[in-house]
Amino acid sequence: MTQSGKIVQDPVRVERAEWKRQQTKARLQQLLTIVSPVFLLVLWEVLSRTGVMDIRFFPPPTAIVQTFWELLVSGAIAEHVGVSLYRIALGFLAGVIPGIIIGLMMGLFTPIRHFVSPLVMALMPIPTLALLPIIIILFGIGDLSKVITIAGSVFFPVVINTAAGVLNIDKIYLDVANNYGASKSQFFFKIALPGALPVMLEGIQMGQAIALLTIVAAEMMGATSGIGYLIWTSYKAFLLQNMFVGLIMISFFGYLFSLLLRGLQKKLLPWR
Amino acid sequence: MPPKIEIDDLTKVFVKKTGSVTALQNISLTIEDGEFVCLVGPSGCGKTTLLRILAGLEKHSAGNYKINAEQSKRPLQSMVFQEKGILPWMTVQDNVAFGLAMRKAPKDLIAKQTAYYLEKTGLTQFASLYPSELSGGMKQRVSIARAFANDPEILLMDEPFAALDEQNKFILQEELLSIWSETKKTVLFITHSIDEALMLSDRILLMSAQPGQIIQEVRIDRPRPRKIEEIRKDPELAAQFVDIWQHLQKEVQKSRT
Repeated sequence: MTQSGKIVQDPVRVERAEWKRQQTKARLQQLLTIVSPVFLLVLWEVLSRTGVMDIRFFPPPTAIVQTFWELLVSGAIAEHVGVSLYRIALGFLAGVIPGIIIGLMMGLFTPIRHFVSPLVMALMPIPTLALLPIIIILFGIGDLSKVITIAGSVFFPVVINTAAGVLNIDKIYLDVANNYGASKSQFFFKIALPGALPVMLEGIQMGQAIALLTIVAAEMMGATSGIGYLIWTSYKAFLLQNMFVGLIMISFFGYLFSLLLRGLQKKLLPWR
Repeated sequence: MPPKIEIDDLTKVFVKKTGSVTALQNISLTIEDGEFVCLVGPSGCGKTTLLRILAGLEKHSAGNYKINAEQSKRPLQSMVFQEKGILPWMTVQDNVAFGLAMRKAPKDLIAKQTAYYLEKTGLTQFASLYPSELSGGMKQRVSIARAFANDPEILLMDEPFAALDEQNKFILQEELLSIWSETKKTVLFITHSIDEALMLSDRILLMSAQPGQIIQEVRIDRPRPRKIEEIRKDPELAAQFVDIWQHLQKEVQKSRT
């Protein structure tokens, strides 16, 4: 006796086969994320070698890799990258640390927030790069002017996100702290800081991206070394292969910093 | 022995742009030591406001209240909050220890109390998890354990089981009663569920809506643990249920018109 549409197979086996199909599908989709950049590079290589794209503006990736190798061996990359990373690190810290401190104070103390927030709001839209000429006049064309430019750009997303992080802590946690008699310092370390941390870290992540954007532009204008300088002088000498090497370095470090900050986030927010 | 909680002519007014609202009007009541009292009323009747005043989270406008302390070392009160009341960035264990840690209790006492109430609430094996990994019922167990571990003079509970499904609610009610019967703490428990009030309390206080006043008092002299089946079957309790139900109905109607 067979009923129409009745499934006679072993249900576990059916579901296991289905599960396997899902797994394979997921793996194929993961593969896509690797395939896409490779595809782009291959396409680029083919188009520039066949002359569809002007080889003067878009040298094939293999040629760029070769130039990269030459610059690496000559020590030019180490020098420029080293200088830029040094400036980024100092500028980043010089922007993030005051950003966190002022942001926390804005979040915790209402009068400070009312006093500081119009200043932050008014100064934020001014691109630090527009101030670069005056920064160079005041601080010279050395490291200091770059550090200050980066710090100025990084400061704003961090200060705003830190203040927002504190303000967005669910009110019920403040009630819990009050009800269980938390002192001011306990409130800060057990409620305000951990509660604000997720949003604060988002701000730092943004600051990191801005730091990279800023360093290149700052080094293009008044500098004698750095990745931005490498890109700019390569432009002027029409050595576009060298310029692409500079761009790739920026892309690489941007990706690396993002990964590092994601790692830090995982470490600092195990409860997420 | 003096009553544990004495509330005398307590009034709370909220002032807003559109005018003022009398949330509580001339509330007077006393709660004896070791009593489990449920405060039942329609939503918006000010029962949470009353609890928040006792919890020190809100200031009353007029009148007075007093929580009589037995031991000066104990905190006066601890609150069990509605859902979301536990801190997501602390492990279960640190959440339970929170009150003790805040008042800088000795480390060995914290460890002992925390371990004891983790065990009592069946959370021992989850001690090192974060709240995001717990179910709603488990989270409320953490909240209850935190309040009991703090060893306060009185416990204030603000609809702690409101967000739970029926089955979980009964289980947690039973667990709460079993911990409570051990410590005999004075409890003021807010709920809008009559069943819950009948299940838990020695005394039920009925509140009216805006202005919030205590309009009736019902004593429940039944041995615990009570079973929901018994509450439903018992004619006397059923009559009380209907009586309270009608009172609440009247209040809700009144606040609508």
